[in-house]
Amino acid sequence: MSPILFWFFAALMILFGVSVVINRNPVASALSLVVSFLCLAALFVGLDAYFVAVIQVLVYAGAVMVLFLFIIMLLDLKTEQRRKFNLLASAGGGLVTLGFVAELIIVLERFSLGATPFPALRAEKIDDVREVGMTLFTTHNLPFQVVGVLLLVSTVGVVILSKRELK
Amino acid sequence: MDPHLPWFILLNPLVSAALIHLVLRRSSGTSATVSVLSACFGLLAAVGIWFSGQSGAPIEVPWLDFGPALRIPIGFIIDPLSRLMLLVVTGIGALIHIYSLIYMEHDEAKSRYFGNLSLFMFSMLGIVLANNFAMMFIFWELVGVSSYLLIGHWFTRDSAAAAANKAFITNRIGDFGFMLGILMVWSATGSVVFPEIAAKIGTLNLSADFLTAATLLVFCGAVGKSAQLPLHVWLPDAMEGPTPVSALIHAATMVAAGVYMLARVYFLVALSPDAQTVIAWIGIVTAVFAALMATQQDDIKRILAYSTLSQLGYMISAIGLAAPGAAMFHLFTHAFFKALLFLGAGAIIHALHHEQNIWHMGGLSSRMRVTFLTFTAGFLALIGCPFFSGFFSKDLILLAAWQHNTAIFALALFTAFLTAFYMTRLFVVVFLGKSRTDAAAHGHDGPIAMTGPLMILGLFSVIAGWPWIQNYALGEVSSHTLHLLHEGGGSVPVMILATLSFLAGTGGAYVLYSGKAKDPILIPLFKNKFYIDELYAALIAGTQDLFARILAWFDKWILDGIGVRGLSGGAWGAGFVLRFLQWGNLQAYSFLFGIGVVALIYFMVFAK
Amino acid sequence: MTLTLNDYLLVSGLLFATGFAGVLLRRNIITIFMCLELMLNAANLSLVAFSRFNVNAAGLPNYNAQVLVFFIITVAAAEVAVGLAIIVALFRARQTTHVEDISTLKF
Repeated sequence: MSPILFWFFAALMILFGVSVVINRNPVASALSLVVSFLCLAALFVGLDAYFVAVIQVLVYAGAVMVLFLFIIMLLDLKTEQRRKFNLLASAGGGLVTLGFVAELIIVLERFSLGATPFPALRAEKIDDVREVGMTLFTTHNLPFQVVGVLLLVSTVGVVILSKRELK
Repeated sequence: MDPHLPWFILLNPLVSAALIHLVLRRSSGTSATVSVLSACFGLLAAVGIWFSGQSGAPIEVPWLDFGPALRIPIGFIIDPLSRLMLLVVTGIGALIHIYSLIYMEHDEAKSRYFGNLSLFMFSMLGIVLANNFAMMFIFWELVGVSSYLLIGHWFTRDSAAAAANKAFITNRIGDFGFMLGILMVWSATGSVVFPEIAAKIGTLNLSADFLTAATLLVFCGAVGKSAQLPLHVWLPDAMEGPTPVSALIHAATMVAAGVYMLARVYFLVALSPDAQTVIAWIGIVTAVFAALMATQQDDIKRILAYSTLSQLGYMISAIGLAAPGAAMFHLFTHAFFKALLFLGAGAIIHALHHEQNIWHMGGLSSRMRVTFLTFTAGFLALIGCPFFSGFFSKDLILLAAWQHNTAIFALALFTAFLTAFYMTRLFVVVFLGKSRTDAAAHGHDGPIAMTGPLMILGLFSVIAGWPWIQNYALGEVSSHTLHLLHEGGGSVPVMILATLSFLAGTGGAYVLYSGKAKDPILIPLFKNKFYIDELYAALIAGTQDLFARILAWFDKWILDGIGVRGLSGGAWGAGFVLRFLQWGNLQAYSFLFGIGVVALIYFMVFAK
Repeated sequence: MTLTLNDYLLVSGLLFATGFAGVLLRRNIITIFMCLELMLNAANLSLVAFSRFNVNAAGLPNYNAQVLVFFIITVAAAEVAVGLAIIVALFRARQTTHVEDISTLKF
């Protein structure tokens, strides 16, 4: 991937990520999140992970975001009222975030292996659906089934939670 | 023979059942037509198979293939045995379908009835055609299911629902043994296909005990399905179903499936003399006990049901006496006259507005002429009156008993006497004398769709046993057995003794019951069916209920009390204590969490 | 100028920090939830970058990392479903999605 495209999509992604945080209207936040996810999918393509990119678009930008928007509509959320600004909390939150970013930059500077460029792929074609599938069903078969159970449990949980009377 | 014919004969009732259950539920007239047409087509196809003779290549498609260890095909066996059985099943099936048109005319769930009838035809034909144990077992169970559905047709009546359950559960007990037997045979020979087993099992040098166990386990299936002692209890109760169902399933075809299955696997039975002895005794004991119980019943259908049990006992006993040909012969004749008797009883019940107690009937001979005449034919055939079909087939079984085991012969003769006795009782009470109720005084014959099948069956009840019919219909099935029996000798004394017992039974019952208004003798032991139902109920209360109560106690106090409530109580208690440490503000928590993360990274990476 | 692994890690870290800041600063529970999704996706980006960086003997990316991404996506989907159901139940009970109004976790 050309660096220009990378930086373009990366910048767009973070920009819209910030937009998720600062928007007061939940619908706007959700739509910003969609754009951010789409940019992330573009970055995945740049990393030759086509299948993951497709799944990212389908599951996140598709299913999960529809769920979010649906809930926002269901609850009929309006733009947030401006509330009393809690200076202490905001300052604390900002400080922690800044601390994290500072640590990140220092760690990356020390990580010399990461400063080398990506090695080229030597395979003639990238059949990544097949490769991912093989890995998933052979090496990681047990976790795969556990995740299946997890999905079942969450389905049951959602049904229970959505019942009118919570006992 | 066209290889498509067996496929057609098997799948055509399935299509009919599917059509009725899925599409035609609401239009009862159309579904009755579809079902009757499918039964008639089945009969035509069976006749086609009959006349086209032996098949060349086996008709088989692979179904489940687990390598050489287990291979289950869907295959049809077309040999004299199955061709005869096809004819019996489809022939009687078609007649009873037509009869049902009238009998079930005003039923609310006519569609369901005819759909289930077609489903039954499908499963029964599957048993007849199956060329391997696995397929036979599947259809065996399907027959159980359709029988369950049909017994419980009037499921709003508690007794019908209970009878359906009883039939199904009792059959399951026998089927469990059947399955174990199949597994044993398979483990020894590595095959479930009948011809392969037959070819292999003789060469394996299996121990006698193994063969006996396997045979008796397979026989368990027949004990359940053919209602032999001690699993006979379901058949009398199964009379809760509509009468045509009783005629088709619980007299002519399904209960004969056990006999058919034993004849089909006779190569296995023949290898184990011990098992044969057991089979012969179980059969004859069932025959005697059922006949004794029949002498004291008041419900016309129950009398016929016990009579069916008794006749099935004869057939099973014949298998055990190394005379499968005689068993199949009796199955053949019995199918006609017992179906006839049930349909005749059905006609009476229908005419008398669902009156089943014979003591509320009487004097029907003059008002229901066709029913009376045909019923008489079936009656004479059943009690073994000379020159009627039942005489010839029963005679062969008696002959086999005479040659093998005198004790069994004595019991068989006694059963023949009892049969004549209780059937004459039924006949005299229902048809002769004066009418005992208003309904009986106004009974009359049904329309032609009802009397037609009666007349056809009546004809066959008379002639089905005649030697030339027997030669033509059974031919290869029974020739071997007949040959052996005729070589063994003793046919003249047996015939004389059988005729004498028939005369004694008929005469005794006529003298005893002619002109009586209520039962002159009362034997509670027989009337209450030897208290076998009560015995089973007590057994279950003593074992299963006790065990269930122990388990319930364990579940309530150990699992629920300590396991579930203990754990949840522990979690609740811990939560109660720990909640005093909480703050309650979500963002404060995440803030602290964030500080923790940053601090952790700091200590991990930088503070070395 | 060619791209290095560190570039991706930096972008991923920044996205993570954005989401983290959102969780700390925002008080609408649905927005907080979206920020959690941002953080999960930042982790995915790191994983895919590492996957591409570790080319295996056959000359292909290391697919174990991508399988892990699938697991994360699955778990995230389950989490969103359950979380949103909880939010709906909460909203029914309290008529609010504001975390400051929901401070009775204690009792």
